[in-house]
Amino acid sequence: MTLVKTAIGRRSFIKSSALAGGGLMLGFNWLASCKMTPEEVRNLPKEWFEINGYLKIADNGQVTIMSPNPEGGQNVKTAMPMIVAEELDVDWNDVIVEQAPLNTDLYSRQFIGGSQAIRTSWEGLRMAGASARHMLLMAAAEEWQVPLEEITTESGKIKHTASDKSISYGAMASAAAKVSVPEEVVLKERSDFKIIGASKKNVDGLKIVTGKPLFGIDTYSEGMLTAMIVHPPAFGMKLKSYDNTTLISMPGIRDVFTLKVLEDDYLRQHFDTCTFLEVVAIVGNSTWEVMNAKKAITVEWEPFETYAEERQPYRGPQQTLSIPSGLESSEDHKAKMMEMASKKADVVRKDGNPEKAFRNAAKIIERTYTAPFLAHNCMEPMNFFADVKNDSAQLSGPLQKAELTEKAVSTRLGIPVEKIDIELTRLGGGYGRRSYAHWALEVAVISQKMKAPVKLVYTREDDMTGGIYRPMYQVRYKAALDAKNNLTALLVNAGGIPESPLYANRFPAGAIDNYQAESWTIPTNITIGSFRAPRSNFMASAEQSFLDEIAEAVEKDPIDFRLELLDRAAKNPVGEKNDYDAERYAGVLKLVKEKSNWNNNNSNSKQGVAAYFCHNSYAAQVVDMTWENDQPKIQKVTCAIDCGIVINPDAASNLCEGGIVDGIGNALYGELTFKDGVPQKSNFDSYRMIRISESPKEIDVHFVKNDIDPTGLGEPTFPPVFAALANAMYKATGKRFYNQPFIGGITKLNS
Amino acid sequence: MAKFNLNINGKEREIDVDPTTPMLWVLRDQIKLVGTKYGCGIAQCGACTVHLDGTAVRSCQLPISSVGDKEITTIEGLSEKGDHPVQQAWLEVDVPQCGYCQAGQIMTASALLEKNPNPTDEEIETAMNGNICRCGTYTRIKKAVKIAANSINA
Repeated sequence: MTLVKTAIGRRSFIKSSALAGGGLMLGFNWLASCKMTPEEVRNLPKEWFEINGYLKIADNGQVTIMSPNPEGGQNVKTAMPMIVAEELDVDWNDVIVEQAPLNTDLYSRQFIGGSQAIRTSWEGLRMAGASARHMLLMAAAEEWQVPLEEITTESGKIKHTASDKSISYGAMASAAAKVSVPEEVVLKERSDFKIIGASKKNVDGLKIVTGKPLFGIDTYSEGMLTAMIVHPPAFGMKLKSYDNTTLISMPGIRDVFTLKVLEDDYLRQHFDTCTFLEVVAIVGNSTWEVMNAKKAITVEWEPFETYAEERQPYRGPQQTLSIPSGLESSEDHKAKMMEMASKKADVVRKDGNPEKAFRNAAKIIERTYTAPFLAHNCMEPMNFFADVKNDSAQLSGPLQKAELTEKAVSTRLGIPVEKIDIELTRLGGGYGRRSYAHWALEVAVISQKMKAPVKLVYTREDDMTGGIYRPMYQVRYKAALDAKNNLTALLVNAGGIPESPLYANRFPAGAIDNYQAESWTIPTNITIGSFRAPRSNFMASAEQSFLDEIAEAVEKDPIDFRLELLDRAAKNPVGEKNDYDAERYAGVLKLVKEKSNWNNNNSNSKQGVAAYFCHNSYAAQVVDMTWENDQPKIQKVTCAIDCGIVINPDAASNLCEGGIVDGIGNALYGELTFKDGVPQKSNFDSYRMIRISESPKEIDVHFVKNDIDPTGLGEPTFPPVFAALANAMYKATGKRFYNQPFIGGITKLNS
Repeated sequence: MAKFNLNINGKEREIDVDPTTPMLWVLRDQIKLVGTKYGCGIAQCGACTVHLDGTAVRSCQLPISSVGDKEITTIEGLSEKGDHPVQQAWLEVDVPQCGYCQAGQIMTASALLEKNPNPTDEEIETAMNGNICRCGTYTRIKKAVKIAANSINA
């Protein structure tokens, strides 16, 4: 039995109230009631969020659980209510899940980001369910005049065995609403879980397969206009002039005008990245009419001068960024990165005496890895709806960081935050892209000007060429081996445009006596943003490919070699800042070794392994592949993951499978290049996305079984598969793959 | 502008639009059937797939003037209660993640099984290769198509 303080007595926002039609409603702040240590708070990733919400029990026993977080395919809309339902002890079939709107009074930080939904809300969600259950028990004890401890619950029923009394939650809900919220509650033993750990279907499954309007782009309202924007064709360019005379007379076109996305004096917050400060808006009656006008418009662009941008980052003091002028090209980017790698860089971590170890080395291995800019390419193109009145605004659409967007919209429109409502629609993919909601500002400004409800839709081309990309990265690894083939030193020199991917304290830091991690950056006017497992998505691919190459050089099995390093890090770690648990890390490698039939497969299929730790979870993968007609054929991917307790196993597996397919796709084909500032791909005829025929034939996901509180799952399976694939491709072809994308090109479609 | 009489999901619809308007935008903007999705506008992603006389077509590349009296079926008309064998298989396998591409996937799969109720793995891959799933649910899509085939053949 786990007795936890709910901290409810001290917090007024956790309230119980009677529902109008009879029943109980319990509002609570899920995260604020979790007691995190200062250390835990410090260790929270950049993108984290609190979870709040409410549940209500109607007099007919139906339980409604609000899902505060936006849903973009992670399946939190099913998993988070499952945790509440578990502690409430109700039949999952009686639960209705509703998407909460953005509500900063009732909820806060309704974010998608950093794979933190379940981790940061785990205890709070349990407490919410347990508090409501406790209140139902208290009400029953009062009505039956029996001791509280003699009362039990079972699937939505309250029971007193001694007196053979039984009543449904629904019948007791109104009385429970009058009970004061408990100051401490008992949480279930994990062995008693019935809903957590039992796969439940996606609560929106039927709506998805029947085509119901779930997504932002599906929004229609009375009198709604459609808008599109025209943005500069190249990074480094700005609007000079435009001619709207022919457009205005085109059928269905209402207005054509320019708009400033942000005011000049606006202090940008972390997610206020805006690629093009001024764009042309075309507003009309229907999508096709606006699309036609967009094709007909004449706009002149001109290069901009270097300018300064004030920024308030997520943490730390205000910064002034210099946005350089110039029309950049990928060839120049590559040359600049090579140049930086040989210059003196910022030393972020140094253990032992790497210089000496390299001087005394019997052998030195040095390799450089690169990866290009990537576009997120969410299948639902960027879009948003706004209906702005004189003193209020109603917005709706797919968003990852709604609260921050609300603040930006409020400032831009000059309407107080309290008068702005944002409805959260399902996201047709996010992967980080929908954290940067400049399009919400654009549509708000358009609606304000048009005095009408407006839906802004980006064409695929607008979306793909509009910036906020995964940065371009490079890392140079250098390893020293002594005469006995011991790895004595490691140098990591990592940088990027415009952000460094370095995580200085991650494995293999801590496992090597002499270690140095260095970092550098190159400024650019190409905008970047979070992309599924930011930085990790590159560092894992390079690090785990390099370790594979060292394992080969020292004539060790790649898994055994990693396990030896992890053993060292567990027993006698170097340094004190290592940010991983070496035993859990080794655990996923051992599990994947067992499940993948490592080194024991048939001779046609070649295997590669990789493991990585990010977003608080450990993932290891083995890729089994053959090489046919100069193309990789992925036969199977075996994945072992340790994310603590798994809430909804089948959906969790689906998310891991997705991370693996996404990783393989980007590793093989993903790439956005530039020439004179112009993105060289603008749609799926040139930007190669992984297809079903290129996807693994089989994906086998295994979760490490333990009682550790749950951690992240949306991101951790994505980074390592790049390297598992590269290492398998080496086995299949005899060639090492250092530069992403490994294959490139474009899929030839039959249709 | 021109008037067209369309047969959509078994119902007659009269619309008045620019004859070059693609079926996709007639469905979404005029008829408010939004299950058919916009993904690329150039027939490369499959999100806009509908049936034209039972054949899977990309509605973003289908001018309304070329439809004539052919029967159009969208995801909303595939079954009355969401119980088409392909939809049922999708639910059984719990295929979707974000779900945006899935209507198009289901329309392509159902057209395939209508013509070839017993597809091989290769035939499934060939038929489904034009439908992108950015979340990467491909292994589940393949599994669901096979379950649907078994259920149709049972």
